[in-house]
Amino acid sequence: MSKDASQVRQKDMIARHFDRLAAAPDTGEKTAYTFVPGNLTELLLSFDLLPVLPEINALQSAMRGKTAEYIALAEKLGHSEDVCTYVKSDIGMMKSGNIGPTGQRLPEPNVLLLSYTGCFTFLKWFELLREEYHCPMAMLHVPYQPDGCITPAMRDYVVKQLKDEVIPTLERVSGRKYDEDKLKAHLTLAAQAEDDLVWVLQSAKHRPSPIDAYFGAVYYVGPIFSAFRGTEAAVEYYQALRSEIEERIKEGKGPVTPDGDMERERFRMVVEGPPNWTSFRQFWKMFSDEGAVAVASTYTKVGGVYDQGFRHDPSRPLETLAEYCLGCYTNLGLPTRINLLAQYVKEYEADGFLINSVKSCNSFSAGQLHILREVERLSGKPGGFIESDLVDPRYFSAANIKNRLESYFQMLEQKRLGGAA
Amino acid sequence: MAATDLSALYSRAEAIYRDYSLGTVREWKARTGGLAIGYMPIYIPTELLHAQGVLPVGLLGARDDLEIIKGDAYYQSYICHIPRSTIELGLNGKLDPLDGVIFPAICDVIRNLSGMWQTLFPNALVRYLDVPQNFDPAIGGRFYRQELESLSADLAARGARPYDAEALRASIGVHNHLRRLVRDLYTLRQAAPWKVPTSELYVMLRATVVIPVEDAIVLLQQYRAGVEAADDRVPLDQARVLLTGSFCEQPPLGLIRTLERAGCYIVDDDFVQIHRWIKSDIPTAGDPLDNLVQAFLSDSIASPTRYIDRGVKGAELIERVRTSGAEGVLFCAPSFCDPALLDQPMAVRAVEQTQVPWTAFKYSENTGQFQVIREQAGTFADSIRLWSQA
Ligand code: SF4
Ligand code: SF4
Repeated sequence: MSKDASQVRQKDMIARHFDRLAAAPDTGEKTAYTFVPGNLTELLLSFDLLPVLPEINALQSAMRGKTAEYIALAEKLGHSEDVCTYVKSDIGMMKSGNIGPTGQRLPEPNVLLLSYTGCFTFLKWFELLREEYHCPMAMLHVPYQPDGCITPAMRDYVVKQLKDEVIPTLERVSGRKYDEDKLKAHLTLAAQAEDDLVWVLQSAKHRPSPIDAYFGAVYYVGPIFSAFRGTEAAVEYYQALRSEIEERIKEGKGPVTPDGDMERERFRMVVEGPPNWTSFRQFWKMFSDEGAVAVASTYTKVGGVYDQGFRHDPSRPLETLAEYCLGCYTNLGLPTRINLLAQYVKEYEADGFLINSVKSCNSFSAGQLHILREVERLSGKPGGFIESDLVDPRYFSAANIKNRLESYFQMLEQKRLGGAA
Repeated sequence: MAATDLSALYSRAEAIYRDYSLGTVREWKARTGGLAIGYMPIYIPTELLHAQGVLPVGLLGARDDLEIIKGDAYYQSYICHIPRSTIELGLNGKLDPLDGVIFPAICDVIRNLSGMWQTLFPNALVRYLDVPQNFDPAIGGRFYRQELESLSADLAARGARPYDAEALRASIGVHNHLRRLVRDLYTLRQAAPWKVPTSELYVMLRATVVIPVEDAIVLLQQYRAGVEAADDRVPLDQARVLLTGSFCEQPPLGLIRTLERAGCYIVDDDFVQIHRWIKSDIPTAGDPLDNLVQAFLSDSIASPTRYIDRGVKGAELIERVRTSGAEGVLFCAPSFCDPALLDQPMAVRAVEQTQVPWTAFKYSENTGQFQVIREQAGTFADSIRLWSQA
């Protein structure tokens, strides 16, 4: 697969970040382990803390083929086969020397920032890590949005925790005072990058879509979901990415696939659920070989639902962080998730939608069969349903998934022929 | 109380426990015209509902005799059982006497079920009750108070009596009484587990969650009198075990009986926690809503569903092992239960530090075959007895 300039730039950003992390014990830079949904990257950066995201490490370990052994090790240590495989991959990685995705050793955390947003597992995951690392832990409880709206009580609760619990902990750990101007500067940069990311994601409304908004877009959201939101580097990355996509549109090109540019867009799909990471390319090819392109996805909203209008607002720094945390995709009630999917099917003129239900993630998966029926009802388009796992290769049955996808695409084709007749 | 009375009492409780149609709730509604609101495990402030004239109805899932047809169409195989049986009961009309359901924030399955309920039962009151994971009164306490105020307003909007502080004080008093009775029964079982078999106590407690609190008090008082008078109950050479992990989806009764038959006296457990979630009496003086909030923040059990910010993880479990005199711990969690199973490695570590033996197995509320568990528990109980004799 040929690399675009934006991809090269991203690779370089990540490499530099992991170099800094690896050098942290020598340079004295301090690190905070935290999660993607509800991450407070701008706040951490304002304290000069380096973010480490265990979910990203887990998915990258999966792409490097390491998670089978990590998970086996965690299960040997007593972790249940039934629970989230990200957690077990992380524990296994830690017990195997904490070697990160670039092959360098990750530093131990100076603080665990538990942003409890949209997933119960997070809470237990950091309790487990706290037992290993014995470092300070700051907990931010983000209430759930059952009715699709943020009440003043919810926002105030989060802001108060930021003020009275999170910030004082970060001050103690970093040895620096809270600097609101610095935070505002990072938030300004965050909003700029968010504008360009949204433009890129919405470019999938073109025909043919110049991007794959699921498989391709997991790379696009990488910087903003991880350690780079609120940095100059992220702003530049998203500007460059946007220019590339503008170019693709001008040239009438479809998305990049594992085999190069997609020649013919046969099916436009909306996808719900995280991807499988252990067989990522194989999984992607099952779509691209059929000419199926994802035009919108919900996974690319776990770190922020920017396309619905949210932007970090530097004029209200703590309130905006609270609203950001509250608004992440998995923190939204099922009716909101259903409406969002149905909206995507309509706005992106999709032929259908597909749910990849992952075995170990209750946050996403519990209720997805209901989502399937409701989105079918609201959108009038057929839904497909496949099952796999995030990072446990035991639960990726290629033949089974391929069969299901082929039949699903055949059905879409027949519907189309029937409709044209 | 004569033994026959005890068996009549048990039969009455068992009939209530086995009634999927919520007959007692239907009767109560016909008699009072009040609102009945279901709640999922583990904890909701039942005092507040009671004070507004609402009947709280515990929805603790099904047993092994409910055939799941519709519920399975809503859940993949790798999700625990309780949401599917709850959906089954809802879609089959068994929960029709309920005017709504409260879904407390204990895990993502219950959380997402609240959203499903909103679309499946659009006329019902569906309340997600977000309980705080921050235990500072000025932060989490303030948030929880606002949650309770908005819950109270939602109930009133449905026709419940409006909030009244005096009524809430009285309700707290009644619930304190019930909690004391339950605590006393747990203490009695620790002292004389042969008098209070867990399989029996469990059925009593299951019955208490679907009847009015006043009736629950009478039921438990009668039960207490019955077991105290039951002279025919004599100690056996059984191993004393603490059973943990079964706080949400409940095990089938057959599983509890199997453990007892395998040689275990269950001297502490996590079943039907609603009456034990708050550990001591809630004060009635002062602002009663603040008292409910404060009790939640500082006097509730260290459940795996709670973030333990201060204090040592596992400390409460160890304390329970000590006070119950348990000689072993059974980690007994529902399959695919995130809170229980993610917590288990930490709890195991805590138990191991005290040298208390443990064993672990999983169940589902509809588990029908107990042979493997029977053998495992039997071996475990035997080893404890051998150790204690050594
Ligand atoms: S349960 Fe799901 S959302 Fe939570 S950490 Fe695991 S994969 Fe992420
Ligand atoms: S059994 Fe466990 S995972 Fe299932 S609903 Fe209850 S607490 Fe959640």
